[in-house]
Amino acid sequence: MIRSEVLKEIAPVISDQLVVCNIGIPSQELHMIDDQPSNFYMLGTMGLASSIGFGLAMVQNKKVIAIDGDGSVLTNLGTLPTIANNKADNFILLIIDNGSYGSTGDQPTYAGMNTSLTEVARACGCENVVECDAADTKKELEKALAGSQKTIIVCKCESGNVKVPVITMDPVVIRDRFMKQVSAS
Amino acid sequence: MSIDKKIVADLVANDVGFVTTVPCKQLAGVIDAIDKSPDILHVPSNKEDEGMGLCAGAFMGGTRPAIIMQNTAIGVTINTLVTLTQYYRMPLPMLISYRGELGEPVACQVEMAVHTKALLAQLNIPTYHFHHEDDAKELDAILKHTFMCNKPVAILTDATFWKGY
Repeated sequence: MIRSEVLKEIAPVISDQLVVCNIGIPSQELHMIDDQPSNFYMLGTMGLASSIGFGLAMVQNKKVIAIDGDGSVLTNLGTLPTIANNKADNFILLIIDNGSYGSTGDQPTYAGMNTSLTEVARACGCENVVECDAADTKKELEKALAGSQKTIIVCKCESGNVKVPVITMDPVVIRDRFMKQVSAS
Repeated sequence: MSIDKKIVADLVANDVGFVTTVPCKQLAGVIDAIDKSPDILHVPSNKEDEGMGLCAGAFMGGTRPAIIMQNTAIGVTINTLVTLTQYYRMPLPMLISYRGELGEPVACQVEMAVHTKALLAQLNIPTYHFHHEDDAKELDAILKHTFMCNKPVAILTDATFWKGY
C-alpha cells in the first residue's frame, strides 16, 4: 500500500475529527480524497504538522490527529521529546512512514534505512507508540480514537504518489473554517 | 513590581494563555515567572520553529500564544514566520532577548545582532525595541496591537534594558 491508499482507507474514520495534515502531497491527497473543514492543510513549513497538532491538543479537549511523514518528523525531531513530556491525551500522531521524501521525488529518508522512528519516539519518552503495517492503520487509528491516551502510530507503507492537483484554497480560508470546527459545540 | 512580573502580568491581562520558550540567560527571570503563573500553560520547545508551530496550534485552539526566544532565532524561523504565521494570518508576540548589543561580552552574538533589525524589516514584522526600563510600559499596547492585527510582532529587549548580563 502507498500513502494515498492508506489515506483513502482511513478517510471515513477521520472525516469528523480535527486533522492537521502534513505539507505537500499528503495534504493534496487528503484534500482530493475527502476535503473537510475540519482538515488543516499545511501549504508550507515542512516539519511542523506534529507541533501545530500538539499545540492545538494541549489547549482544548477535542481529539486531534496530526498526519505526518517520516521525512517531516526527521526535519523536526525535537517534536518527539516535547510530545513525550507534556500532557495531551487527546493527541494522536500518525506518522505515515514510507521511507522516502514523497513530495520531492521519493528520495530515501534515513527512516527507511537504519533509523526506526518507533524506537526514536520511545527513546524520547513517548509511552504509547504503535508500529503497524499499512493495512492495519485504520484499525489502530480506531483503537486510538476510542481510547484516552496520547498515541503515536507509525504506519509502515510503500513509497509512491498519485497525481493530485495542488490546493488553491486561500490559507486564511483553510484556517478560518478549521477554527470554526474547533470551536463548534 | 519587578520587570519580570510586570511582563507576565501584561501577558495575562491580554489573555495570553500559552507561552513557549527557548532558554536565554537574560530572559531566565521571565521564563521562571511564566512557569510559575497559574494562568499560563508553559511548554518549553527545543527549537524556535517548533515553538511557532505549537503557538499556531494553540491559537487555532482558541488560546492566545506568545514565544520567548533569542534574536538568533530570527535566523532559524524565517520560513516559519513567512509560510505559517504570516501566510495564515496568525498573531504571535515574540519577546526576544537582543543579544549582541552594548554590554555584550560574547563577540559572536554581535554577528547576528547586526542582522536582526534588517531581517525583521525585510519581513515586514512590526518591531519594538526596549532599551530603558520605562520602555516596557508599552508592552500592554504592543500585545493589544498584535492581537488586533493578527501578525507576528517582535519585542527586542537588550542588555541595557535588563541592566547588564
